[in-house]
Amino acid sequence: MIEPGSPAPEFSLPNHAGKKVSLVDFRGRKVLLVFYPLDFSPVCTDQLSLYQEVLPQIEERGASVVGISVDSTWAHRAFREKLGITIPLLSDFEPKGAVTRSYGAFLDEVGHGNRSLVLVDEDGVVAWVHESPTPLEVPGANLIFDALAAVERAT
Amino acid sequence: MTELTSAAVPAVGPEDHVRGKGPEAIVYLDLACPRCALAWARIRELPVRLALRHFPIASKHPRAPALHAAAEAAGLQGRFVEMWDSLLTDQAHQDDPHLWERASHLGLDLERFDRDRRSELVAERVRRDFEGGIRAGIAGTPAAFVAGQPVEGDIAESLGRLG
Repeated sequence: MIEPGSPAPEFSLPNHAGKKVSLVDFRGRKVLLVFYPLDFSPVCTDQLSLYQEVLPQIEERGASVVGISVDSTWAHRAFREKLGITIPLLSDFEPKGAVTRSYGAFLDEVGHGNRSLVLVDEDGVVAWVHESPTPLEVPGANLIFDALAAVERAT
Repeated sequence: MTELTSAAVPAVGPEDHVRGKGPEAIVYLDLACPRCALAWARIRELPVRLALRHFPIASKHPRAPALHAAAEAAGLQGRFVEMWDSLLTDQAHQDDPHLWERASHLGLDLERFDRDRRSELVAERVRRDFEGGIRAGIAGTPAAFVAGQPVEGDIAESLGRLG
């Protein structure tokens, strides 16, 4: 897993609507990258729904949130609609998992990402990471707020 | 700005809706969540003192906020637990006319019920529970805590061992 203090690897991935989203688009603002295993798996459903509920509070603290998995744009579109979420979902589909891999969040043995959170600061530097011990374990939203508070204190 | 950093689960206090007698547990449920209904069916009769807390996930269950507000509004007329139980026992009827029917069945003053369930006071009360749950690290429903610690795995089974 990528270490805090490292420059966050740049990426440009299509979102649920097929529009390219790049890390550089977020420069000057914090962004939380939510790597998750797969669309439509029951545990992911809870994770993104939960973060959606506190999205206004995350944004109040100057951070955006994007989800990243190896699913296609079309699957992302359907998944967002099913969950009723506004969090953009980026498709790390081709080459499969390349961005997830660049953050050290890819699980080779199963062919998808682990459940990992990466907070990138305003300058494109990794400020905090959290890697779930297993893809089944969902990190609570409190951990995101702890990280945002720690980053605020450090600046 | 609302503080949502990690914190211990709030201890059971006078504001809580409590049901039953025995060892104490706190449960956080989403009244529109099918898994919560299944868990509730298994824990409602346990010999456990349950503090019932709100954890609506509105994006996933658009009617959840209305259901939690209805329970809280019923609580202002002394019938929280009955409304909570009714909503979890039958999740197939969640629209406003169904809520009025449930309220009427519980003998509530309907005008007051309707005013209260839409009030800011009730929304804030629900939100307080939700935020306490977020701070305690809840990552999905149903969730439970015993002696301040999260219950892992099947909550109904764990609470069953308490009683």
